[in-house]
Amino acid sequence: MVPLSWYLIFSAALFCIGLYGVLARKNAIAILLSIELMLNAVNVNLVAFWRYRYSEALNGQAFAVMVFAVAAAEVAVGLALIISIYRRRNTVVADDIDMMKW
Amino acid sequence: MATNTLIWLLPIFPLLAFFAIVLFTNRNKALSHTIAIGAAFLSWLGSMIVFVRAIQGNLPFEKAIDWMPLGADKTTHFFIGVQVDQLTAVTLFFVAWTVLMIFLYSVGYHNFGQPKGDHDHPGLPPHGAKVPDAHGHVHAVPSIEPMYSRFFAFIALFAFGMYTLVVSDNLLTLFVGWEIMGLCSYLLIGFWYAKPSARAAAIKAFLTTRVGDVFMLLGIAYLYSETGSLSYKVIFNEHTLEKLAEPAGFLGMSIAGLIGLLLFIGTVGKSAQWPLHVWLPDAMEGPTPVSAMIHAATMVSAGVYMVIRMFPLISVGWHEGGSLTPTMTVMAIIGAGTALFAAVIAVGQNDIKRVLAYSTISQLGYMIAALGIGAYVAAAFHLVMHAFFKALLFLGSGSVIHGMEHGVLHTGDHAVDPQNMFNMGGLRNKMPVTFLTFTIGGLALSGFPLVTAGFWSKDEILADAFGNGYWLSFIVLALAALLTAFYTARQITLTFLGEPRTKEAAHAQETKWTMTLPLVVLAVFAVAAGWVGIPEGLTGGAIPNWFHEFVAGTLAEHLPVLEFNFLPMLLSMIIVLTGLTLGWWVYHGVKAGQPDPLAKPLGIFYTWMKNKFYFDELYDRLFVRPAYWLADTFTNKWMDRGVIDGTLHTISRAAYALGGVFRNYFDLPVVNGFGDMMGEGTKSFGHKFRAVQTGKIQQYMLSVLVFAVGILFYYLLSLLKP
Repeated sequence: MVPLSWYLIFSAALFCIGLYGVLARKNAIAILLSIELMLNAVNVNLVAFWRYRYSEALNGQAFAVMVFAVAAAEVAVGLALIISIYRRRNTVVADDIDMMKW
Repeated sequence: MATNTLIWLLPIFPLLAFFAIVLFTNRNKALSHTIAIGAAFLSWLGSMIVFVRAIQGNLPFEKAIDWMPLGADKTTHFFIGVQVDQLTAVTLFFVAWTVLMIFLYSVGYHNFGQPKGDHDHPGLPPHGAKVPDAHGHVHAVPSIEPMYSRFFAFIALFAFGMYTLVVSDNLLTLFVGWEIMGLCSYLLIGFWYAKPSARAAAIKAFLTTRVGDVFMLLGIAYLYSETGSLSYKVIFNEHTLEKLAEPAGFLGMSIAGLIGLLLFIGTVGKSAQWPLHVWLPDAMEGPTPVSAMIHAATMVSAGVYMVIRMFPLISVGWHEGGSLTPTMTVMAIIGAGTALFAAVIAVGQNDIKRVLAYSTISQLGYMIAALGIGAYVAAAFHLVMHAFFKALLFLGSGSVIHGMEHGVLHTGDHAVDPQNMFNMGGLRNKMPVTFLTFTIGGLALSGFPLVTAGFWSKDEILADAFGNGYWLSFIVLALAALLTAFYTARQITLTFLGEPRTKEAAHAQETKWTMTLPLVVLAVFAVAAGWVGIPEGLTGGAIPNWFHEFVAGTLAEHLPVLEFNFLPMLLSMIIVLTGLTLGWWVYHGVKAGQPDPLAKPLGIFYTWMKNKFYFDELYDRLFVRPAYWLADTFTNKWMDRGVIDGTLHTISRAAYALGGVFRNYFDLPVVNGFGDMMGEGTKSFGHKFRAVQTGKIQQYMLSVLVFAVGILFYYLLSLLKP
C-alpha cells in the first residue's frame, strides 16, 4: 500500500484546486463544478482515513455516502438557483450577479 | 431778662424766621415779610437792650457751654458760647440797625402791593405789568417779585449768620457764622438764577471767598494745635500770647504772626481786598438790598471785625510806637494799596452800583490799613461809620434804580440801562428824599468836614498814620481820600444834578415810604454817629472821645490816645473839599450822548481804569482756564474716560478675547468637533466600509477563506506556546 500521506496530499491538492475554482471562475456553473470538486476531495480524504485507520468500522463508508447524497442535493438546488437567475438576468457570470451590493 | 440769655437769643430769631418761611409761609408773601421783619425787629430790640446794658458797665457778658468732650479719654473740653464785650457791643449796634432798615427796605424794593407781572418768571427780575386805569389807558407798572418770600428767608438766614459771628466767643462759631454768610451771599447774588450773569457772579463770589476761607481754616487749625482751644478768653490771655510769640520758623514770623497772617487771608477774601477783590463788583448782580446788606454793612464788615478781634494775635511783639510785626506790615500794604487801587477803578465806572462796590473795597482797605499800622480804635470806628453810610448809599442807589425803572416802564424802551449814570441826571427834582439822603451818604463817604460821620473816622485813621510817622501809608490813604471825594462828587453830579439826559430819567418817580424811611433813618446816623468819636484835642477836652474810651477797653493793653495834631485834620479837609469841587466841576456840564469827559485826557489809562486793570482777565488765564482744563481735559477726558474707563474697557476686551479663544479653539473644534466627529465619523466610516459589500459572492468567499486561515494560524500558534 502507498503511504496515507499521499492520499491526504492528493486530497488537499484537489481541495485547493476546487477552492481556487470557486474563488476564481467566472461562470457560475463552473463554480458549482468546483464546489463538487471540493466535496469530492473531502470524500477522498474521508475514505483514505477510513481505509488506513478504521477499516473495520462502517462509519467511514456511511459518511462518504452521505457526503455524496448531500453534494447531489446541493447541486440540484444550486442549478435551480442559477437557472432562476439566468431567466431573470440572462447571465451566468458570477461577477454580474451583484444585486446584494450596498 | 438776663443779659446772657438775651445774647444767644439774638441769632435765634432770624433763624426761626428762616425756617418758618421756608417750611410754612412761602406762598403767603405778606406773612413771610412780617415774620422776617418781626424777627429782625426782635433782634434789634435785644441788641439795643444789650448795648445799653453794655454801656452801663460790667463787661464782658459771657456764657459758654461744654459742647464736646475730646481726646481718647474724653478729658479735654471744647467750650462754645457767647460773649459781649465793648467791640461786640458797638458792632451789634450797627448790625441791628442796618439789618432792620434793609429788611424794611426790601418790602418796597420788591414791589410789595403791586400786581403780578404779565410774563414774570421765578428766577428772573420782575418785568412789569400792564394795568388799565379808570380811563382805559394802559400803564406799565412795576410788578411784585415772584420769589418774594424766598428773598426774606435768605436774608433772615443771613442775619442769623451775622449775629452768630458777632456774639460768638470762639473762633469756631465765628467761622460757622462766616460760612453761613458766604452761603447766603451765593444764594442771594444768584437770586435771579435764570440770568447767566447772576449765576456766574454767585459762583465767582463763593469760590473767591472760599480761597480765603481755606487759609483761614488753616490758621484756625494751627491756632488750635498750638493752644488747644479756640475761645477768645483762652487765646488772648497773656500766658498763651507769650507762648505764641515764639518763632514759627517761617520767614522769621512768630507763631501768632503766622496765624494772624493766615486768618488775615480769610479777610482778604471776605472783605474783597486785592488780590481777591474780583467778586465784589460782580456781586452787584444781586438785588440792591443784598448789595447793601452783604456787601456794605455786614458781610464784608465781618471780615474786618474778625481781624479787629484777632488784633492781639496779629500784634504780638508790637508796642505802640515800635516797629510793626510782619503781619501788620502786610496788612498795611495790602489795605492801603487796595484803598488806592479800588478808588482809581471807581473813577472809571459808569454803573451806579459798581462805583459803590469799588468804594466799599476801598474803604475796607482803609480799615485794614488802619489795623496794620496799629490804629485799633480808628479801624473799629471807621467800620461802624462805614456800615451806616455805605448801607445808606446802596439803598439810595436802589431807590434811584427803582425810579429809573419807573421811567423805563413808562417809555417802554428796555434797551436803556437804568443803572448807568450817564442815562440819569436831574433826579434831584424827581426824587428829593433820595437825593438828600444820598448826598448825605456821599458826603459822609468822602469825609465832609465836621457834619458827617465819615469825616471823624477817616480823619482818625489819617491822623494815626501821620502821628506815628507812617508816611507812605499817609500819602497813599490821602490820595485815596482825594479820589473818593472825586468819584463821589462825580456820582452825585451825574445822577442828581443838571438836567435829565434821557426820557427815562425825566419820568423818574420818588419811591414808597418803605424805601425812603430807612434812607432817612440811616442818614441821621450818617450825620450824627461820628460825634461820639471826636478827638479830645480838638475841643480841649470839652467833648469826651467816648468811642475811644469804650472800645479801647477791649484790649488788655490799653492804647494811649494819640496827641491831637491839627495838621492832618486840616490836610484831610483840604483834600475832601478839593476832590468834591473837582468832581463837580468836571462833570456838571455833561449832556446826553456825551462821553465821559475824562476819557480823552486820560487816554489809555482811562481804558485800563474802566476795565478794572484787567484783573478778571488775568485770573481767567491764570486760574480759571487751567482749572477748567484740569477738570475737563485732564480729569474727565484723560483720567476718567481714558484711564479708568480705558482700564475697564481693556479688561472687558481681554475677557471677550479670552472667551473668543475658548470658543474658537476649544469649544468649537474639540467639543463640537467631537460630537460632530461621532456622527460624521460613523457616516463616513460606513460610507467607506460599504465598499466591502460588493455583492460579488466570490469575493465574499475569498475573505472567508482569508479569515479562516488567519484564525487557524492564530489557534495553531497559540498551541505552540509553552
